[in-house]
Amino acid sequence: MQDVVCCLFAQSGFDRAAQGILGAGRRLADGLGGKLVAVTIGMANDALNGAVAAVADTVIVADHAPLAEYNPETCLTALAALGKRLQPGAVLLGNDTYSQELAPRLAHRLGGSAAGDAVEVAVADAHLRVTRGVYGGKATAVIELRRSPGVVWVRARAMAPAEADGRPAGQIEKPALDLAADERVKVIARHVEAKEGVRLEEARLIVSGGRGLGGPEPFGQLQALADAIGAQMAASRAACDAGWVPPSWQVGQTGKKVAPELYLAIAISGASQHIMGIADSKVICAINRDPDAPIFKHCRFGLVEDYQKVIGPLREKLSHRT
Amino acid sequence: MNIIVCVKQILDPEIPVRDFRVDGAKREAERGSANLVTNIFCENALETALQFREAQGGQITAISCGPEGAEDVLRKALALKADEAALVVNDVASNPDPLFVAKALAAAIGKRGAFDVVMVGREAGDWGAGQTGGLLAEELGVPCISFVESLEPGSTAGTVKVKRQTETGWEVIESTTPLVVTITNHEHNVPRIPKTRDVMQSFRKPLVKWTLAELGIDPATANSYYGVAELFIPRKETQCEFVAGDTLEEKIEGFARRVSDVMRSM
Ligand SMILES: Cc1cc2nc3c(=O)[nH]c(=O)nc-3n(C[C@H](O)[C@H](O)[C@H](O)COP(=O)(O)OP(=O)(O)OC[C@H]3O[C@@H](n4cnc5c(N)ncnc54)[C@H](O)[C@@H]3O)c2cc1C
Ligand SMILES: Nc1ncnc2c1ncn2[C@@H]1O[C@H](COP(=O)(O)O)[C@@H](O)[C@H]1O
Repeated sequence: MQDVVCCLFAQSGFDRAAQGILGAGRRLADGLGGKLVAVTIGMANDALNGAVAAVADTVIVADHAPLAEYNPETCLTALAALGKRLQPGAVLLGNDTYSQELAPRLAHRLGGSAAGDAVEVAVADAHLRVTRGVYGGKATAVIELRRSPGVVWVRARAMAPAEADGRPAGQIEKPALDLAADERVKVIARHVEAKEGVRLEEARLIVSGGRGLGGPEPFGQLQALADAIGAQMAASRAACDAGWVPPSWQVGQTGKKVAPELYLAIAISGASQHIMGIADSKVICAINRDPDAPIFKHCRFGLVEDYQKVIGPLREKLSHRT
Repeated sequence: MNIIVCVKQILDPEIPVRDFRVDGAKREAERGSANLVTNIFCENALETALQFREAQGGQITAISCGPEGAEDVLRKALALKADEAALVVNDVASNPDPLFVAKALAAAIGKRGAFDVVMVGREAGDWGAGQTGGLLAEELGVPCISFVESLEPGSTAGTVKVKRQTETGWEVIESTTPLVVTITNHEHNVPRIPKTRDVMQSFRKPLVKWTLAELGIDPATANSYYGVAELFIPRKETQCEFVAGDTLEEKIEGFARRVSDVMRSM
């Protein structure tokens, strides 16, 4: 019998990502015949712990003072200590940057193996198997983890939440942890970008721009279009690397993973690494002057035109319609 | 400051989807006519190191683990003015797992001597593991900070200050050295292009090679952390309807109608 531990950051609350991680954890725990243990890390968050207890068999509250503000070293020390105590068969984390940086090091400390960007986690021949995109999304691989525990960071929002099954609420525990803040590493400033509206990962409409826009100014036009229809803004890596928009706008393999109802790609070629971040969109459409641009292979509909001739009139037409 | 930059040679990640094939039995990508290149995030890491050296002075050593042919990515690093280069020759395991690579790199770093900062890419554009930096830090017993976009000296000797990207913005972190940082792309670390003259000269610079045996690494452990059980190309096709019309106005009207149809069905 092997338990599954899900690691959640309290500051994010019971968001879609947390629900996805727990859903994946529940199914895996049921498959392994073990318990689902959730660890909530950071500032005390009773609402979160209560919601998590509805899905998990045990909730371990790690709101000890040194964990209130995220520090990679301190957080890792805490998770490793809990992991050694709990001896799980699998540890699941989300695909936020903190989870990504912790996963391999946690696996190392627990003598296990890590893998990331999982779209599926299964068990075969007593090993965890992780399905993920590789080669920039051009191929899919199934990775067999050969040590235990398997520490896996999953595409949290792409995972189905756990189904309500009428199980009794889990125990909420706060174990003693002998923990001191790491002396070597200190976070001296933390900036949270004030973005209006919902976060990109949860946006239902996204307007996204690429290198073909040619500079930062056209992003202003795209913003006006986005505002007219209530969409969030995103960009390709090339546009971010050029400094036209902030890095947090980047969508793709190494950017955000989005899943809107509609993703409108403007002057983006559609490299496989970009597609990796948008493949879960319901409808993708594009404006590109090159009819052979790979983006069109992923589009429900497209317009082959110079974006400069299109954006203004399109905004006008759409603001009348909505 | 003594900076180590780890560089990995990979199959050109920009090859178009239609030219990409895998050998499902070997569970590897087919090289075909594609080039082998330096992983882009390793180039971002080297660029970050070069800028640090320009501002603060220091020494840059490029290290790679791979087959003999991986010498190319080290020559390129030398052409960009890395001071030294070392190759851990692995001509046995074609796709070693990240723990194996981290152990090999840690052994090479140990053999080379004292260091202050190890820079790696946030992930490799082939298998996308994103693990080598973290595992290397564990092997070396030092802190690790990920998704770093820039690095400068810290407030006291023996520290560095980094700016790194997070889910919702950024953080500035100060850490004691030695440490490992994983570098992400940013407008200020777009890799420079080596001059032709420097490329020529890179072939005259010394480059050390160590075998796995010399570093005490057992090739039989190349996939004891993980292995690839299956590799295939996913099938997904969407039929794109190109919006037509006699005039630009008609086309935009047609596009707008489809957009609002989707919005209405939301
Ligand atoms: C390891 C790795 C990770 C990566 N991660 C990401 C990632 O997370 N996200 C990401 O986006 N990329 C990522 N990339 C980069 C990716 O491979 C592409 O280089 C990048 O997505 C290209 O951006 P783009 O489409 O904006 O630019 P380009 O490929 O240059 O495309 C520009 C497009 O604009 C069109 N265009 C030009 N002018 C006009 C006009 N006037 N009107 C209309 N259309 C016009 C052109 O026809 C072209 O299709 C990654 C690459 C690697 C190797
Ligand atoms: N074989 C290798 N040789 C040198 N550096 C490597 C190697 N594999 C990975 N790295 C480093 O680790 C980073 C992340 O790679 P990965 O963990 O494989 O995604 C790369 O950008 C390199 O800096």
